[in-house]
Amino acid sequence: MYAFEIERPTTLDAAKAAIAAGGQALSGGQTLIPTLKARLAMPETLVSLHGIADLKGIGTDGAGRICVKGATVHKTVADETAERFPALSYLASRIGDPAVRNRGTIGGSLANNDPSACYPAVALATGATICTDRRDIAADDYFQGMFTTALDEGEIVTEVKFPVPQAAAYEKFIQPASRFPLVAVFVARFADGVRVAITGASESGVFRWTAAEEALTATFSPDAVAGLQVDPDGMIGDLHGTKEYRAHLCNIMTKRAVQHAS
Amino acid sequence: MKLSLRVNGRDVTGDVEGRTLLVDFLRNDLRLTGTHVGCDTSQCGACTVHVDGKLVKSCTMFAVEADGAEVATIEGAAAPDGTLSVIQQAFQDHHGLQCGYCTPGMVMTAASLLRENPKPTEHEVRQYLEGNICRCTGYHNIVKAIMAASGQEMPAMAAE
Ligand code: FES
Ligand code: FES
Repeated sequence: MYAFEIERPTTLDAAKAAIAAGGQALSGGQTLIPTLKARLAMPETLVSLHGIADLKGIGTDGAGRICVKGATVHKTVADETAERFPALSYLASRIGDPAVRNRGTIGGSLANNDPSACYPAVALATGATICTDRRDIAADDYFQGMFTTALDEGEIVTEVKFPVPQAAAYEKFIQPASRFPLVAVFVARFADGVRVAITGASESGVFRWTAAEEALTATFSPDAVAGLQVDPDGMIGDLHGTKEYRAHLCNIMTKRAVQHAS
Repeated sequence: MKLSLRVNGRDVTGDVEGRTLLVDFLRNDLRLTGTHVGCDTSQCGACTVHVDGKLVKSCTMFAVEADGAEVATIEGAAAPDGTLSVIQQAFQDHHGLQCGYCTPGMVMTAASLLRENPKPTEHEVRQYLEGNICRCTGYHNIVKAIMAASGQEMPAMAAE
């Protein structure tokens, strides 16, 4: 790897200062370190968020939302949300592998916004709020395309607030070599309607399947989406699956999620 | 950059560059070469060690991030007199290795699994090994060894 410095601040303010001075935030590093090895990014200074106690932990706010601090690792989310929000716990428990889940963080995943990452699906499907060191961003405004978010340069994801649905499920069709979803669907049923978010499938990253949302809001049953089709145009087509295949999987995985929603 | 940590119960210090990976510090500076690099791209798990009791891929963590931590590697698995750990002995008894390249990572991963879940099912063992690749593909005997190390009778395996 090329040479760079690593700073290890213990407060958010110190991290902000180091990032403002040109540093690149390093959270769990499970994506960033491979990226650095490949020289796809070459910052001169990394600012590790790992030592900032205020960026870790899970709580609940006055509105009953589950609030996960930005540098909380997947394993902690899996362990600590199992009773309050089982679908979120399940999603976190199936990211990568056990070693990756001990390092990778929710903030890192959302800041990177890989088109096949798991967390964007639950954030978008629940209408979560992504809080940064500067502002609060609604999930509907946050995801702006493959590896693209509303974050400004150097902005740090400090917390993610998830409204807890009445029923929800995450169904992922895994790409066994990478362990990322080939296509995965998060279905969340709230008192005022159903939201469906799909990751892995689209060239524009995570998206809401609004036709399915309308159908499922009217009738929450797998059959409700039977006749619906995601347009293959705009889906990812690669050696793992064609556009048509991914579009087909969107339908299948949505049905399964509805079937398993609890 | 200076760092000090405990490795297999021994206090060590080091002076590394920011870019030094934990695995390189273990292998090159401490000469603990039991931890292997199979891929360097976070896929294979040959480099798996424990940091503060947690399973991590040491090729995907910087050495300085282990400053102040307690690190356990395969060299610390056996007793000082050379008696193998229960898991290591089970790997030997059940022929859980061929070339042995993946084995340090497999043993460290198995130790982490059995600490979290002392009596796993065969399915749970296989799922927990999802980040560990055996190029010799000897998975059946690895799973058998881990089941045996957990003190469970090995029922006929699903894929046999
Ligand atoms: S060498 Fe670290 S995962 Fe393969
Ligand atoms: S025993 Fe050869 S790689 Fe696993």
